[in-house]
Amino acid sequence: MTPEARLERHQEADCLVLALTGPWTTLTVAAQDRALASLAPNGARRVRIDLTGLEAFDTAGALLVHRTVKQLAAGGLDGDLSGGLAAQRALIDTVRAHDRDCPPPPPRRGALTTLMAHTGRATFFVFDEAVSLTNFLGHTMIVLLRALAQPRRIRLTALINQMELTGLNALPIVGLISFLIGVVLAYQGADQLAKFGAEIFTVNLVGVGVLREMGIMLTAIIVAGRSGSAFTAQIGTMKVNEEIDAMRTIGLDPMEVLVLPRVLALILVLPLLTFYADIMGLLGGAVMANWVLDISFFQFVRQFHVGVPVWSFWVGMIKAPVFAFIIAVVGCYEGFKVSMSAQSVGKRTTAAVVEAIFLVIVLDALFSIIFSILGI
Amino acid sequence: MDGAAANGGTGSPVIEVRGLRTQFGSQVIHDGLDFQVAPGEIMGVVGGSGTGKSVLLRTIIGLNRPAAGEIVVLGRDTGGLKPAERRAMQRRWGVLFQDGALFSSLTVEQNIEVPLREHTRLGAAFRREIAGLKIALVGLPPDSANKYPAQLSGGMRKRAGLARALALDPEILFLDEPTAGLDPIGAHRFDSLVKELSEALGLSLVMVTHDLDSLHAICDRVSVLIDKRVRVGTIDELMQLPDAWIQDYFRGPRGRAALTSGGPAGPSPSAGRESEDA
Repeated sequence: MTPEARLERHQEADCLVLALTGPWTTLTVAAQDRALASLAPNGARRVRIDLTGLEAFDTAGALLVHRTVKQLAAGGLDGDLSGGLAAQRALIDTVRAHDRDCPPPPPRRGALTTLMAHTGRATFFVFDEAVSLTNFLGHTMIVLLRALAQPRRIRLTALINQMELTGLNALPIVGLISFLIGVVLAYQGADQLAKFGAEIFTVNLVGVGVLREMGIMLTAIIVAGRSGSAFTAQIGTMKVNEEIDAMRTIGLDPMEVLVLPRVLALILVLPLLTFYADIMGLLGGAVMANWVLDISFFQFVRQFHVGVPVWSFWVGMIKAPVFAFIIAVVGCYEGFKVSMSAQSVGKRTTAAVVEAIFLVIVLDALFSIIFSILGI
Repeated sequence: MDGAAANGGTGSPVIEVRGLRTQFGSQVIHDGLDFQVAPGEIMGVVGGSGTGKSVLLRTIIGLNRPAAGEIVVLGRDTGGLKPAERRAMQRRWGVLFQDGALFSSLTVEQNIEVPLREHTRLGAAFRREIAGLKIALVGLPPDSANKYPAQLSGGMRKRAGLARALALDPEILFLDEPTAGLDPIGAHRFDSLVKELSEALGLSLVMVTHDLDSLHAICDRVSVLIDKRVRVGTIDELMQLPDAWIQDYFRGPRGRAALTSGGPAGPSPSAGRESEDA
């Protein structure tokens, strides 16, 4: 292994001699740092540090020599150096010339204070966030309405591109997950309903469950995870690159160039995706019903026709554009909130997904209340 | 210059690149490139945009894999190193990336301690002392120790990056455009700092730069990347070469300004203006 720094000490009359031998470098001095820090003079009046036996030497070694001399001087002892090459002496001089104390890191507060401070900061953060998100929501509404009044303001290429990214490319995952959820609903429902000999009502369960809630909720959650996060990361990275500032100076409105196509694309695409998810979910239920319960496709469709009111479908579809708007606005908002660091992109992307899913579920609960008051 | 004169002739080169070929896909960046750096020397690397200055630097420090050729650093061929040997090599060189590349989640002091933590068994208190010394060596004020990179100016971030590169007392220091983005005064100060440190600590330096003032002020020799190879020499020697790019570079308006003001005497007012956005 690598040789270590060595320290030999002996007494000559009232003079303590410290002989440094071997390599004294950053990699080798670890043990001697402790030995020198706890150096006891043992009644000596003077100390001589002998550098004759030094091999490799760098600033860590020089720092130790300098520190030891300083430490001895503080104890009222004279320390002087002997031997050593000119370059080694020069290095010690360089270190001495740059001896300045850095302030200690700010003290860490106690657990309770930290907890209080965190709670307080988080509370204010949530409040500020709510205010500025509402502000952004309003701003987006204005831009959206203005664009509807003057459709020329809508950037068609960007809109189509976003629709492809958020809609078309999401088809496989949305389809697969909806199909599987249809399968699960049918299977679990059949299991329970069979106890009453009411297997046929599995169709109602799957139909109402998928159309009213599952189709739209799953699609919204997948889109929030896929596209909401993508919006934040894209806009956030552009912010870090100062592209947003560049747009403003050229006279482009980032709200119009970046936010509008994304919000519009999602509003257009999410209902379509939901419809597709509904179909796939029902298909999954039908396949399972056919396989486990021996309910043929024909029976399934007939029971579906009789047992599932058409409003179930509309309840799901009405929610889609609202959820789309929320997901897109939250994603874009968090993107604009990114500050100049790599960390903040990650933090904001997480926040976008969490907030979007949270708001989607809160809104879904609100919709349920409204629909139940309306008696739908 | 003294450093190179004193050490340059004696030892074998600290970096020796032979027959280097690098390519990305079908695009060949270097072909049959030979490059040497003597101990204690400050070597400048210049070349037009896209000639592969930074690529050369990244290849030497092992971030790019060369397509052919061998790279010998401090007597070891870096091609066939085992992971443990590679780590041992990494302790012996420091790299300053453009704009410092400090870890944004750590304070300046913690940034400097990262290599110390990773490669040594030093106690926490002594690590702090070393970090404090490096902060002083690169000329940062003591209170910057507890600041985060985002709280520092561009020039201070470069100094902090330099302090981190110096944390393990490397033998070779690689600098990628160290003065880019600094104002002329800041750039001049940074040059003097680099020169001072390389003398005090006995460093060999490889510096990719566009800054003609830096080249004149501190570089012992300059490598010019042309036609996928390098031409090496002092600035005077290079100016004797008939190559059009070299002539343009050193004898163009900026080159002349740096030449007349040249060296450690400091830029004349007109030269300062010339190089303001260099």
